[in-house]
Amino acid sequence: MGQTFSEKVLSAKAGKSVGAGEIVTVSPDYILSHDNSAAIIKEFHKLDLPRVKCAEKIVIVLDHVVPASSERYAQNHKEIREFVQEQNIPHFFDVEHGICHQVFSENGFALPGKLILGADSHTPSYGAFGAFSAGIGRSEAASVWATDEIWLKVPETIRIEMSGKLPAMVFAKDVILKIIGEEGADRANYKAVEFAGPAVRGFSLASRLVMTNMAAEMGAKNGYFFPDEITLAWLQDKAQSEFDVVVSDSDAAYEAVLTYDISAIEPQVACPHTVDNVRAVTEVEGTPFHQAVIGTCTNGRVEDLKVAARILKGKKIHPGIRVLVIPASRNEYLQAIRDGDLEILVNAGCLILNPGCGPCLGAHQGILAPGEVAVSTANRNFRGRMGSRDSAIYLASPATVAASALEGRIADPRKYA
Amino acid sequence: MSKGKVWKYGNDVNTDVIFPGKYTYSVLDPEEMAKHALEDLDPAFAREVKSGDIVMGGKNFGCGSSREQAATCLKYAGVQAVVAKSFARIFFRNAINQGLPVVQCAKAVDSVEGGEEIDIDFSKGVVETPKGVFDFIPLPESILRILDAGGLIAYTKIKMRKEKN
Repeated sequence: MGQTFSEKVLSAKAGKSVGAGEIVTVSPDYILSHDNSAAIIKEFHKLDLPRVKCAEKIVIVLDHVVPASSERYAQNHKEIREFVQEQNIPHFFDVEHGICHQVFSENGFALPGKLILGADSHTPSYGAFGAFSAGIGRSEAASVWATDEIWLKVPETIRIEMSGKLPAMVFAKDVILKIIGEEGADRANYKAVEFAGPAVRGFSLASRLVMTNMAAEMGAKNGYFFPDEITLAWLQDKAQSEFDVVVSDSDAAYEAVLTYDISAIEPQVACPHTVDNVRAVTEVEGTPFHQAVIGTCTNGRVEDLKVAARILKGKKIHPGIRVLVIPASRNEYLQAIRDGDLEILVNAGCLILNPGCGPCLGAHQGILAPGEVAVSTANRNFRGRMGSRDSAIYLASPATVAASALEGRIADPRKYA
Repeated sequence: MSKGKVWKYGNDVNTDVIFPGKYTYSVLDPEEMAKHALEDLDPAFAREVKSGDIVMGGKNFGCGSSREQAATCLKYAGVQAVVAKSFARIFFRNAINQGLPVVQCAKAVDSVEGGEEIDIDFSKGVVETPKGVFDFIPLPESILRILDAGGLIAYTKIKMRKEKN
């Protein structure tokens, strides 16, 4: 019996052949944290150690509340900067860089076959590059800083085979929402999700990132795409270290193999207040809202801004609504400027915010009042997430959000194809 | 373990309703965190919870963010354990790492109404409810050691001291 990708990576790290269900103690290649590094530092200090064990494995990106919106946040950032300096942590990205998952990827830490841990639930994103990456908590992050090891359970794997070709104005976001809607928010709990099949070969890395990022919303421990020539070409001038491409054996054992024909998928919308409450856009068309958000670690990249710009070019957003655009990183921001997409969006009436998490987690930059509704390209729509407990969030693709911004009500982007 | 009163909730209780994101970097003291526990799901909880109470949920308890405060706030609110049909992975780890026992026992959840009292025996792996006694698979020894130490940081400290000697 062969092994899955996840079994192979964890076997290599454990130094013995292991299978799903076994618990291994392993040492990660990289460990990511963000603004929560301040809290991790507090936990680390409780261990009475002068130094972290492997400073070069630590990657810190400030992104959640950047720049600091209050004295409290400013103090957190300050403590992180001081710790970075004191511990000689080489991979530190201050407030100007962008969202951790984008910055981590752009800087070549997300590499095939690597074991990556992150104190953030969307760490599974790096599976888009063929890495094994999983989210952990703060105490664990502090403990990894101190000991350079962690226990992990080897996950079972669900393989999702996709065939067909995406229809016009239907995107990776619609595919993953469709899958989460059908399979449920806990279908992949404690499991790996492998995205495969002939359809994925056509997917850009940005689109793959959308799917591995949102694998977290079906409970997945990690997501995975086979690193193909698109991945390897992209990594060529970025990789931080040597890497090996790791792939599942053809006779690996899967918990399940699910098949999806993506040619049949319509634009999808996740309705309040759970990500698996998914409907076709045609069922929720006409729903009024107050704020649109185009950005976040799910959909704030150049290809997302481009599709929004294509829809909004030469037009104005609907009066009375506000549209926040948040490029995922400084690089994406610059490229969107060069491409002219940000100019189109500004002319249409959008408000461009600095790269970062924006209002996604409800900390700043566009909080919802009671009774307000947002349509967002983010990955989560839990009650109260973007502000008031009495607000609501609909999740959709950048195309659907841009089309909705034009009409002031949730709209089907296919009419703008 | 002593008996505890049950606060019962449904499926997919997520970390945003357990501990809202707006507090994640501004409320740093665990006692303060406790005052916001379950705020966006049940505003009465934090006011009325008593030490030793038990939180119960359906499937996928703690889904969403990796924020460890979702476990911390429950622990400091006095919750002695969380019993659910299943737990989201990161919450499960965070709870153990905060020294908050988690019990996966679907039958016990189905047999209990909010407000009833139940008893959990972690070593035997049983939940005793007014309707009966239900088995659960006890956590592995290696994980119980983390819980017994009071959480991962305390456990790591003990372990590192032992390795040094």
